[in-house]
Amino acid sequence: MIDTTTRQADAITPEFVAEAQELISHYPVSKRSASLPLLHLWQNHFSYIDDTGIEWIAAQLDLTPVNILELVTFYPWFRREQAGKTVIRVCRTLACALAGSYEVKEKFCQAVGLDPHEEHHGFGCAPPTTADGKFSVEFVECLASCGSAPVALINDDLVENIAPAGVSAIVEQYK
Amino acid sequence: MASLLQTPHPKERRIIFGNISKPGYAPDIDTYLTHGGYESLKKALTLKPGEIIDMVKAANLRGRGGAGFPAGAKWSFIKYDDGKDHYIVVNADESEPGTFKDRYILHEDPHQLLEGLAIAAFATNVHLSYIYIRCEFPKAAKIVWNAIKEARAKGFLGKDILGSGFDLDIYVHQGAGAYICGEETSLLESLEGKRPYPRIKPPYFPAVLGLYMKPTIVNNVETICHVKHILAMGAEEYAKMGTPGDGGTRTMCVSGDVMRPGFYEIPCGGVTLGELINDVCGGLKPGRTLKAVIPGGSSAKVLRAGEVFKLKVKGPDGQMIDKETPLLDLTMDASTLQAAGTMVGSGGVMIMDDTRDMVWALNNLNQFYAHESCGQCTPCREGSLWMSKVTTRIMDQGARPDDAKNLKNIADNIAGRTICAFGEACAWPTQSFLAKFPDEFEKRVG
Ligand SMILES: Cc1cc2nc3c(=O)[nH]c(=O)nc-3n(C[C@H](O)[C@H](O)[C@H](O)COP(=O)(O)O)c2cc1C
Ligand code: SF4
Ligand code: FES
Repeated sequence: MIDTTTRQADAITPEFVAEAQELISHYPVSKRSASLPLLHLWQNHFSYIDDTGIEWIAAQLDLTPVNILELVTFYPWFRREQAGKTVIRVCRTLACALAGSYEVKEKFCQAVGLDPHEEHHGFGCAPPTTADGKFSVEFVECLASCGSAPVALINDDLVENIAPAGVSAIVEQYK
Repeated sequence: MASLLQTPHPKERRIIFGNISKPGYAPDIDTYLTHGGYESLKKALTLKPGEIIDMVKAANLRGRGGAGFPAGAKWSFIKYDDGKDHYIVVNADESEPGTFKDRYILHEDPHQLLEGLAIAAFATNVHLSYIYIRCEFPKAAKIVWNAIKEARAKGFLGKDILGSGFDLDIYVHQGAGAYICGEETSLLESLEGKRPYPRIKPPYFPAVLGLYMKPTIVNNVETICHVKHILAMGAEEYAKMGTPGDGGTRTMCVSGDVMRPGFYEIPCGGVTLGELINDVCGGLKPGRTLKAVIPGGSSAKVLRAGEVFKLKVKGPDGQMIDKETPLLDLTMDASTLQAAGTMVGSGGVMIMDDTRDMVWALNNLNQFYAHESCGQCTPCREGSLWMSKVTTRIMDQGARPDDAKNLKNIADNIAGRTICAFGEACAWPTQSFLAKFPDEFEKRVG
């Protein structure tokens, strides 16, 4: 569900604006190029992107909101709902699947208390997230670490050679 | 992060990974400078831009991103003095399943990339460049950005580089989780802040109408790194490491069912597939036999154990003759793999042994392509999804008698009918798995 009761834009700080200005300055030829950087900035800061975020970013870049919304709906990385504090992205693709990533993903779900069969409702939605808001778990495609499969990206950390039996110890580190 | 073996395998020749594998090597600029860093750039700045391009041509450097296009030829499409702005964009989107070399370069030796990039920019009259890094490498983006700031502080980037009068600014740009952004024109749209739909070629060849509709070079991370070594070694020495049409070294990324998966930097054509699997990678797991090899990233056509290829080689009297070559005797260079009906692609070699189910493997790849199609072209958008639905249904419920025929029909109607090469990339797995392993589909009809 997209939350419309809070307005993320009301919580923008001067530091946030300064960071946005810095990012825009990396694109001297066309401000529009700063769309993705500003979306990343927003999602890193607020966890997801609400309507006020889309409007704010568009205004900074002299665009209309739909120019930003169409990016949010295209790229799998962006979401319009709150995800867990820790997002566990298990690689699903062939090399990792050969090395047992389907079992590893199931173990992650069990270790954080999610139903392994709960579906990810697709682009824009948050991946399945625990009720306490601590963890989300999802499958993603090849993380470019196929030589140390199976792997997962947990927040900013790449975790390699994951054994099903080692999953709960990994989860402990993020509790 | 998994590291290289401390001692290289005798078949390896570490140029790109020469420094990374040294004990204590770190990504900061001081370490780089104590390892001969930025010496190639200094040398380049004393040459004429045309001389550098000639060196890259003479080195027979082919792109390492998948398509294998000769780098020197690509650069010479840019007219140095046409009065237009030019750009170089480094493709660090590394998302082709089976490929995992650029990640290590970005994390562990970012200055090598920046040095190669500065040389490339000097040769092609570029003053603004972007490194497009997939957002699943958040640490790499920070490391590379930090390296850019270090290089700028020391005068290797920015205004009037080392007093040469040459200016170059480089920025990092992060993707947002879409495989298609690795396709170069999609990448440019993405960098322009638009939906990353690949552009139609012609007219939108990057060298003509690239970033901001200006002449643009898109090169893979590894390709750009090689430039530094071509300058350091000289084109001839560099070219000699490889085969006549495929110079230098190539990083082979090996994954799947071998004892020692990982990446190995090997002179182009310097190993056969058999040596790579059995020698360099320590062979298959005990008691297993080989079943299938995908030799150049997931889009490359699969090869079946026991296949024998007829390859054209020069006979004793100089005439071209057909030589019977078993799968494991194929050398891992661009032209040999092409002659075998597949490609060296991005260097991602995926190995599957006799315990693997080929329909399951194809289904895994089909799900990848169905997820990643950008949706612009009907054959690709619908076809990739249909193929994935059919193989998923075969896995769940068994095959219908005409499934194989239908799958082939769908794939045949994608390849060659789309805006970008993703169309081929998603059709080739289905076409080749059906052609090479028809028995595995037949036995599921019940
Ligand atoms: C669907 C698709 C995905 C691609 N992904 C990548 C990629 O992740 N990295 C890359 O360097 N090239 C990728 N390429 C190839 C690029 O389009 C382009 O050919 C390459 O970056 C050029 O650099 P090179 O000449 O140095 O190889 C992809 C191509 C296609 C069709
Ligand atoms: S071939 Fe597929 S990925 Fe490429 S432009 Fe068409 S729909 Fe998009
Ligand atoms: S398939 Fe999992 S990292 Fe490549």
